[in-house]
Amino acid sequence: MANVLQTSFLPSTSSLRRPSISGSKGKSQSLQVKAKIREIFMPALSSTMTEGKIVSWMKSEGDKLSKGESVVVVESDKADMDVESFHEGFLAAIMVEEGGVAPVGSAIALLAETEDEIAEAKAKSQSSSSSTPQVVEEKPKQIEEAALDVPAAAAAPSVPVAKAVTLGSAVHPASEGGKRIVASPYAKKLAKELKVDLGTVVGSGPLGRIVAKDVEAAAVAVPVAASPAKPDPVAPGIELGTVVPFTTMQGAVSRNMVESLSVPRFRVGYTITTNALDALYKKIKSKGVTMTALLAKATALALVQHPVVNSCCRDGNSFTYNSSINIAVAVAIDGGLITPVLQDADKVDIYTLSRKWKELVDKARAKQLQPHEYNTGTFTLSNLGMFGVDRFDAILPPGTGAIMAVGASQPTVVASKDGRIGMKNQMQVNVTADHRVIYGADLAAFLQTLAKIVEDPKDLTF
Amino acid sequence: MHSICFQATGVPGSNYIFDSCSPALAISKPINLRFCGLRKEAFGFSGLTHSSSGRVRFSSRGHSKKVSASAESNGSPPKSFDYDLIIIGAGVGGHGAALHAVEKGLKTAIIEGDVVGGTCVNRGCVPSKALLAVSGKMRELQSEHHMKALGLQVSAAGYDRQGVADHANNLALKIRSNLTNSMKALGVDILTGVGTIVGPQKVKYGKVGFPDNIVTAKNIIIATGSVPFVPKGIEVDGKTVITSDHALKLESVPDWIAIVGSGYIGLEFSDVYTALGSEVTFIEALDQLMPGFDPEIGKLAQRVLINPRKIDYHTGVFATKITPAKDGKPVIIELIDAKTKEPKDTLEVDSALIATGRAPFTNGLGLENVNVVTQRGFVPVDERMRVIDTNGNLVPHLYCIGDANGKMMLAHAASAQGISVVEQVTGRDHVLNHLSIPAACFTHPEISMVGLTEPQAREKAQKEGFEVGVAKTSFKANTKALAENEGEGLAKLIYRPDSGEILGVHIFGLHAADLIHEASNAIALGTRIQDIKFAVHAHPTLSEVLDELFKSAKVKAAASSHGPVSEPVAV
Repeated sequence: MANVLQTSFLPSTSSLRRPSISGSKGKSQSLQVKAKIREIFMPALSSTMTEGKIVSWMKSEGDKLSKGESVVVVESDKADMDVESFHEGFLAAIMVEEGGVAPVGSAIALLAETEDEIAEAKAKSQSSSSSTPQVVEEKPKQIEEAALDVPAAAAAPSVPVAKAVTLGSAVHPASEGGKRIVASPYAKKLAKELKVDLGTVVGSGPLGRIVAKDVEAAAVAVPVAASPAKPDPVAPGIELGTVVPFTTMQGAVSRNMVESLSVPRFRVGYTITTNALDALYKKIKSKGVTMTALLAKATALALVQHPVVNSCCRDGNSFTYNSSINIAVAVAIDGGLITPVLQDADKVDIYTLSRKWKELVDKARAKQLQPHEYNTGTFTLSNLGMFGVDRFDAILPPGTGAIMAVGASQPTVVASKDGRIGMKNQMQVNVTADHRVIYGADLAAFLQTLAKIVEDPKDLTF
Repeated sequence: MHSICFQATGVPGSNYIFDSCSPALAISKPINLRFCGLRKEAFGFSGLTHSSSGRVRFSSRGHSKKVSASAESNGSPPKSFDYDLIIIGAGVGGHGAALHAVEKGLKTAIIEGDVVGGTCVNRGCVPSKALLAVSGKMRELQSEHHMKALGLQVSAAGYDRQGVADHANNLALKIRSNLTNSMKALGVDILTGVGTIVGPQKVKYGKVGFPDNIVTAKNIIIATGSVPFVPKGIEVDGKTVITSDHALKLESVPDWIAIVGSGYIGLEFSDVYTALGSEVTFIEALDQLMPGFDPEIGKLAQRVLINPRKIDYHTGVFATKITPAKDGKPVIIELIDAKTKEPKDTLEVDSALIATGRAPFTNGLGLENVNVVTQRGFVPVDERMRVIDTNGNLVPHLYCIGDANGKMMLAHAASAQGISVVEQVTGRDHVLNHLSIPAACFTHPEISMVGLTEPQAREKAQKEGFEVGVAKTSFKANTKALAENEGEGLAKLIYRPDSGEILGVHIFGLHAADLIHEASNAIALGTRIQDIKFAVHAHPTLSEVLDELFKSAKVKAAASSHGPVSEPVAV
């Protein structure tokens, strides 16, 4: 992250944020130079501890400490523990007061070796503690910067969009026009855990309240939307033999992939003849209709007849029948992945749907997708046909009931019922579904309907 | 000693009756066996009281029959009364007093304007235990980790709200009818109507629209209990803004409920609601959640009962205004800072439960007729529950027990106070030691306590100049707890190392509410640590947590085994 932020690509704000970075760097440098002032870190008292609360300081500033003496009582998620000093010296400066919370590994106090260094340490603690709030502020700034990059890259309307990212957050009818975030207790807890900024989450609960599933959905998508634009399309040389930790986004993806393992899923495949669809596409392509929109439309129309395939299982006890059919379509972007959503794809006509799709893709490329544009899908389409893939298997995104993997439509030799051999364009689709709510027969019936619609696509254009 | 022993077990004794179809047998049996058996061991008393109590009982039954026949001629010349004892209010306190009065041979009547059983049985401890039993089982079934550790496989646990609500209601009905039957069978007259004191030793009662009856009694006990306290600015509609009275009916399980107050009631309901799938926001006026508990226990309880659950909280705030949901708007709660009174926040939730404590139910009691003025609604009493009038004098023959006097608002405390009053009116002076009365919060796991908290003990120690010792044991070391895979918990003993006196015991862990009685009985009986630590506990049982606790206390060698402990303290 620091690399990204330090590039000259950030035009005006780079000078603003330099202090915080050099602040943290400078700290470690000065540590090497004068090792006599040591930092006391927030210890990890349990494997699950991410932050600790200072219960009480057993020593005050200026007190002499001997090695092994208890300095501070820290409250973790499990217990209160005394923290001992590893070194001898003087408690020069307390950086996190009693009752304060600090992440594991961050400095909570400074230890001076001699009494003379106390003043110096104090001065240091002030400079570094003043940099701390800046670190906290980093997140919202990133979002702004992400938006600010846009004019440079795309010369699109800039400032209003940037505003929309922040303001178009949880608009709760009674939350004073979105000034206040209304989120349920569990949603708040999750947001903290998954490091999701609630300001960027759109609530789907009663009266637009943010509930747990909104945060979960945002946890996957937010990093994609919020991370600053890549400075340049470098093909970063992968250093062999190294271990590279996940970025936040990769972490979120990983979490979701692992989470998907808890869903009992199965797959049903189908081969669909696309000659009619191809012909239709050829006919209306000039009007801006895209294949993705056609497929989304066909899928949505099939879902109308099979609402169970559009359902999902949220709590392990019930079917959640979604009121609208929102087709999420996976799009590879900057090495990442995002799923712009065609909302109400069953109701919107194919031309509008195509325009909408183009708009979404543009927005996704410009990283301007708003949360509700990528996390409200009820059924997902993943199409690798353009790469010549003829069949594959998709992983079910958590919170949805089914995902359809679409392969390439290819000319195939087929035997017809009357005993002849002919050539037809065929594509294979493969649906992965949550078997708690969607059963084999449901998928079979759905696919049959879908095949019928694709093979006789007149309904797609109304 | 006799009466102290009595009061501590009075409640279990009467509970036993509830479950028995044969009250006469039931009452003589458990009382004799439990009380006297224990006393025999502890103090070497013989079976003298045993047989005498039996004798009193039988004669009392004959007696009551006789008097109830004569009660028809309702002339009340001085010194001749309709009853020996009239109790206004048939809650747990009134019931406990009535049963003991009958045993002591008193002709007893109990006046009840609503349903027998009072708050505890109908709108309090009893139905809430039914809901908590459900929440405990749900929690267990939902805890995949816990089930897996035991090698169990359970497919999705679910519940039927109406079924749960019915369970609570049926339990209340059953206990109520048990309570009524136990009093009827013993010959307690149950007079229906609202009781009002019209003068010394004189009570009127009657239903609305019917002529009042006037009855006289040698002694009168007020046991009218309490109602949920609703601070001003809060509009209770019974649907979205509710009190415990409504919540116990479980007419809905909201997605998000704010609970105002984090004491026993709020805590127990948070346990129920979160187990049934709600998310909870606590609103607490003090700076800490669970303000009434020993701080260490409260902290641990917060780690287990609050932090990992779908609960958040606002502390140090008052809810100044709560508006029920209407016209598509949610429940709106306005919060101000408890200290600065500045507006702090506004919450929008689906429901709000007001659990800010309970207010005495003493309106219309006719206290003015005996020159008594309530204090914030509470009837002023001395340490013997005798009512005090405006001039600071005792009102003869008038007592007040339970929530109405506000000393210790617990059902079993009311019952113990009632028994104490009956002891006094039957000629034995008696002061109840409130520090021996245990209290419990039936969360999962449970919290229980008796006596002083550590800060209270330290304050007292400083004032009186003694040392305080603290011993702790963990449930993690207990075999039975580990077998249940419920090792989370702590027991804490606060004591005097110089004398071995137990000042307080606090338990947080599996079945803590049942475990506390070894400690509360020890306090009530004045048993010292150096003696009780030799008592044997079955292995492996949870009770060994307390065994360990007593054994880990460091009582000074000089402390004698049989000296007097400090006198019982009246609150």
